[in-house]
Amino acid sequence: MTVNVVGKRVKRVDAVAKVTGKAKYTDDFMERDMLVGKILRSPYAHAIVKKIDVSKAKALPGVEAVLTYKDVPDNKYATAGHPYSLDPKHRDREDRTILTKKARFVGDEIAAVVATDDLTAEKALKLIDVEYEVLEPVLTPEDALKENAPLIHEEYDNNIISDFGYQIGDVEESFKESDYIFEDEFETSIVQHCHLENHISYAYVDADDRIVIVSSTQIPHICRRIVGQALGIPWGRIRVIKPYIGGGFGNKQDVCLEPLNAALTLAVGGRPVKIDLSREECMIATRTRHAFKYKFKTGVSKDGKLIATHITAISNNGAYASHGHSIAMSAGTKFRPLYSFKSIKFDPVTVYTNLPAAGAMRAYGVPQIKFALESHMENIARKLNMDPIEFRRRNLLGEGYVDPLNGNKVLSCGIHECIAKGKELINWDEKKEKYKNQTGIKRRGLGMACFSYASGTHPVGLELAGARIVLNQDGSVQLQIGATEIGQGSDTVFAQMVAEVLGIPVDMVHVVSTQDTDISPFDTGAYASRQTYVTGMAVKKAALEIKEKILNFVWGMTDIPAEALDIEDANIVYKHSGEVVMPLSKVAMQTYYDTVFAKPITSDTSNNARVNAMSFGVTFAEVEVDIKTGKIEVVEIFNVHDSGKIINPQLAEGQVHGGVSMGIGYALSEEMLFDEKTGKPLNNNLLDYKLPTIMDTPDIGVAFVETHDPTGPFGNKSLGEPPAISPAPAIRNAVLDATGVAFDRIPMTPQRVFEKFKEAKLV
Amino acid sequence: MYNVDQYFEPETIDEATALLAEHPNLLIIAGGTDVLIKMHSGKIAQADLLSIRKIKFLETIQKRQDGTLSIGSLATFTQIANDPIIKENIPVLKEAALSMGGPQIRNVATIGGNICNGATSADSASTLFALNAKLKLQTQGGERVIPIEDFYLGPGKVDLKPGEILTEIVISPEDYQDYGGHYIKFSMRKAMDIATLGVSAICRIKNGVFEDVRIGLGVAGPTPLRCQEAESFAKGKTVSAQTLAEIGKLAVKSTKARTSWRASKEYREHLVEELSQRALKVAIKNAGGESLA
Ligand SMILES: Cc1cc2nc3c(=O)[nH]c(=O)nc-3n(C[C@H](O)[C@H](O)[C@H](O)COP(=O)(O)OP(=O)(O)OC[C@H]3O[C@@H](n4cnc5c(N)ncnc54)[C@H](O)[C@@H]3O)c2cc1C
Repeated sequence: MTVNVVGKRVKRVDAVAKVTGKAKYTDDFMERDMLVGKILRSPYAHAIVKKIDVSKAKALPGVEAVLTYKDVPDNKYATAGHPYSLDPKHRDREDRTILTKKARFVGDEIAAVVATDDLTAEKALKLIDVEYEVLEPVLTPEDALKENAPLIHEEYDNNIISDFGYQIGDVEESFKESDYIFEDEFETSIVQHCHLENHISYAYVDADDRIVIVSSTQIPHICRRIVGQALGIPWGRIRVIKPYIGGGFGNKQDVCLEPLNAALTLAVGGRPVKIDLSREECMIATRTRHAFKYKFKTGVSKDGKLIATHITAISNNGAYASHGHSIAMSAGTKFRPLYSFKSIKFDPVTVYTNLPAAGAMRAYGVPQIKFALESHMENIARKLNMDPIEFRRRNLLGEGYVDPLNGNKVLSCGIHECIAKGKELINWDEKKEKYKNQTGIKRRGLGMACFSYASGTHPVGLELAGARIVLNQDGSVQLQIGATEIGQGSDTVFAQMVAEVLGIPVDMVHVVSTQDTDISPFDTGAYASRQTYVTGMAVKKAALEIKEKILNFVWGMTDIPAEALDIEDANIVYKHSGEVVMPLSKVAMQTYYDTVFAKPITSDTSNNARVNAMSFGVTFAEVEVDIKTGKIEVVEIFNVHDSGKIINPQLAEGQVHGGVSMGIGYALSEEMLFDEKTGKPLNNNLLDYKLPTIMDTPDIGVAFVETHDPTGPFGNKSLGEPPAISPAPAIRNAVLDATGVAFDRIPMTPQRVFEKFKEAKLV
Repeated sequence: MYNVDQYFEPETIDEATALLAEHPNLLIIAGGTDVLIKMHSGKIAQADLLSIRKIKFLETIQKRQDGTLSIGSLATFTQIANDPIIKENIPVLKEAALSMGGPQIRNVATIGGNICNGATSADSASTLFALNAKLKLQTQGGERVIPIEDFYLGPGKVDLKPGEILTEIVISPEDYQDYGGHYIKFSMRKAMDIATLGVSAICRIKNGVFEDVRIGLGVAGPTPLRCQEAESFAKGKTVSAQTLAEIGKLAVKSTKARTSWRASKEYREHLVEELSQRALKVAIKNAGGESLA
C-alpha cells in the first residue's frame, strides 16, 4: 500500500487552537453562578475521625453545603481506569468511599464544602472541627508486611493487595545448569506525573435530571461507570464530557474528583460546582508512581547466555488500591519479549502503606523493572568482562517469539537495528576509547539500556475502540472517536488515517476532539499506548466503510463498478488511469439531496482488538559527573525506537522528547519525600519537587527503526509510553562507566551521589 | 487563595511612608513573588497590602559622582541583569541576578523584596554581603543606613522597623573598584530553583598576592554570612592552589549548616569547601590575576 498522508509531518490538528488560546479546557467553561467545592484533608497519615462538627462552617455566609462521610453514599468503589469486567474476580479492588471516616494518608478526604467563592470555601474548611484518634502510621512496605502491622483497610486480613506472580520453567533447576549466579537489589522512588493542568472538574444536574460532569479525564466512559457505582445510580443518568486536557500521563486514567463532584452538585440542588485542585493537592491526592524494590537472582552461562532469573518485587501502593497489582503484573509481563530466559520466576507483592495512592503512570510499572533489569544486565556484563552491548545482543529474542503466558506474538522486531543505530549516533566506540583512564574532577561515561513494551492491554484488558465518520455535503468528513486526545496527538494521526484511506486532504477531516459519553462512540480511553494501534484500527475500519459506501454510490450514479474506482485528492477517479470521474463533493451532495437515492453516508464502527504488537527500543546516554559536587549532567542522549510504521514523525519525536525528559528527571532528581515519622509530604510543590526544567534537558536525539507490524492499522505499534522507560538505566549505566560506582537507587541526586562517592573513596 | 481586604498604591515615597505610619498593619508588596506565595500557602492567612510598584523612583540604578553605586529597591532582576552600570562595575551581581528564578520571575521580582524577605537562600544576598552593601531604610520621620549584615536577624527575620521602607542599596567605591568576582549558585536545577548553596567570592589582587578576599555564602547558615576567618587568612597571601585550599577549609568554619531533607550538613560543608575555591578561581581571573589550573 502506498501512503500519502500517513508517515508525513502533518501539523497537529489542534496546534493553532492551542497556541492561540482558543482551545477550551475545563476551567475555560463558565456556568452561571458556578459554586466552588473544596476538600478538607486529613493532617494525619493514619487516623479515625472521632467527632466532626460542621456547624460553624455551615453558618458562614456564602457556604451552601458541607458534606462529611455521613452525607455521601457508603458504596465502596474502585477508581482505576480499567475496562469493566463481567467476571467479578477480574475487577479492581473496591476499597474507597467518596469521603472517609478513616484517614489513610496525609491529605485523605474527610469532608467537603461548597461555597460561592474560593476564599469563603477555604475559610469554611478552617471552621470544621475534627477530633481525630491518631493511629500508628505504616510508612514503608516492610513495616506494612510485618506481622501485627496496623491494618490500613480493616476489612482485609493484612496490608497485602496481592502477591500473585508466575513461574515459567523451573528456575531452581535452571540455576543448577548455570555457570554463574548474579544477585542485585534495586530501588526506585515515588514520583509524580506533574501534568501541566491539575485535576479539575465541574458538575451540575441538567434539565433531564441527569448529572453532567465536565472533567479533565483520560477515560470519560470509564469515569461515567465509576461515578454511577460510587453514587449507586444507573450509569445512564451520568454524562461525562472531556474537553481539551493539559496532560495526564496516566494520572487522569483514574477517577479522582468526579464522584465527589457529583455528590457536591446533588447536595446543592444540582447547581454547578467546580473542584479545581491546587498543585499541592494534586501532588498528594491524585496518584503517584509506585516505588519498587527489586531483587534479581540470575543464572548465566559462561558464554554469556541468560538462563534463568528469579525476580522478587515489593510495590508500595500507598493508601488505596487504585490500579494496584496490575502495575506489578504489567512490569512482570512487558519485559519478557526482550531477552531469552529458559525460566523466569516473578514474585511480586503489592502492599498498602499510609502514603498517597499510587496509580497509573506512563509505562505502567515498566520504568521501575527496566531500571532494575538493565542495571542488573550492566552489572552482569561487567562481571563477565563482556561488552555490555554484546552481552545484551546475545540474549535478544526477536521476531517469532510467542509469550508462553499470554500468547502475544512478536511479529516485528527492530531491536538489533535500534542498538546499532544508537551506538552509531552517540559515537560509542570512539568515545569509549577516549574516556578510558580518566582521573579528573569531571569524568564522562557512556551507558545504554533496552526495553520492550506492548501496544494496549490485550489479553488482560478488553481493547474496545469506537469510531464514527459522517460524510459532509462538501466531501469533508467529521470524525468522532471515543479515544481521548490528551496532548499526545492522537486526533492528528486519526485525521491522517482517515485522509489516507479516503483520499482527501487532512484539512477535510474534522476531528471532534471533545468526548461526550452521550454522543461519542464507546472507547475505554487514553492509556497503555493503545490509541494509534487499537483506536487507529477502528478509525481505519470506519474510513474503509465510508469509502466503500461512496464508491458504491458512484456505481449507482454512473454504472462504473466500484472496483474500478478510487478516490484521490477528493476526486472520484478511475483506478487504472487516475482520470477524474467527478469530484467527491458532487457525490456527497447527491447523498444528501438526490430526490430518490439520498442517504447520507456514515459509519459507526468498533474495533475489539485481540492482538497486541510488541514495540522495542533503546537509550544511549553520555554523562559528565562532577566527582566533587556529585552532580551528574546528561551531555548527550539518544532514544531509538521500533514503533513500527511512524504515522507522524514530528509528533512521534515530540512523544520521545517528553518521555526522555521524564526519564531524565526519574534518573537524577525527581522523588516525592515524606516525613519518616509522620508521613507528611515534604515537597508536594514544584519548587521542592525537582522536575527538570528545559535548561536541565539536553538536546534529545530521536531516531526510529521503522518495521511493519501486520496487526497495526498501518504497521504501527505503541509509542506513547515507551520513551520514558529506558533513559534512567542508561544514565545509571553511564555513571557507572564514568566513575566505577554502581548505583542501585534512583534518583541519583547530588546528595546521594556524594554519599556513594564517599563510600567509594572518590571524595 | 489571597485573602486581601485593603490595598494601597501610593506613587511617592512620602505617601507610602505616611500610609505606613497611619496603618501599621500594612504589608509591603513589591513584585509579590514571595508575598503572594506565602498567602497562597496560608503562611500569611490575611493581609492588607501596600504596593510600592507605582513609586517609579525606586527603580533607579545609578552611579554617583564619587563612584558610589545606588540600586533602587524596586529594581527587578531583569533590570539588574541588563543594566550597563551593574555590568561594568559589579558584574558579579549580574551573575547572581541571572541565576535567579526564570525570565518571568526575574521580570517582576525585585532586589528589595529579595533582601527584605530574609531568606538565607536569596540569590542576591551573598553577593551584597561580599560587596559590603548598605541599606537605606526610610520612615515618615527620617532614614537610617545600615550594613546588610546587620539587617539579617534570623531565618526570614530582618531588622525592618515598623513604618520603614527599604529604598536603596548602596555600595561604596572602595568596596568594589578593582575587584573581580564570581557567583556560583549550586542547586539541583539550572533554573527555577532554590540554592543548596550560594557562594559569592570577590577579590583584589596585586602582583600575584591577594590584597583582599571577601566571600559571602547563602544557605550555609540561618542567614547569609561572610567567611571572616578565610578572608583574614587570605589577605597578603600569594595566589596559589594551596592558598585556595586553605581558604576553602577555613570558609567551612564560618558556616552554621544543618541537616535537612534538602541536604546534609556534611554535604553542605563539603560544598562550601569546594565551591568557595571554584568561585574564587574565577574571581581571580576576573580581577586580572593569573588563572590557576
Ligand atoms: C517561581 C519562583 C522562583 C523563585 N526563584 C528564586 C531564586 O532563584 N532565587 C531567589 O533568591 N529567590 C527566588 N524566588 C523568591 C522571590 O522571587 C525573591 O525573593 C524576590 O526577589 C522577591 O521580590 P519581590 O519583589 O517579589 O518581593 P515581595 O514578595 O513583594 O516581597 C517580599 C518581602 O519583602 C518585603 N518588601 C518588599 N519590598 C520591600 C521594600 N522596598 N521595603 C521593605 N520591605 C519590602 C515584603 O513585605 C515581603 O515581606 C522565587 C520565587 C518564585 C515564585
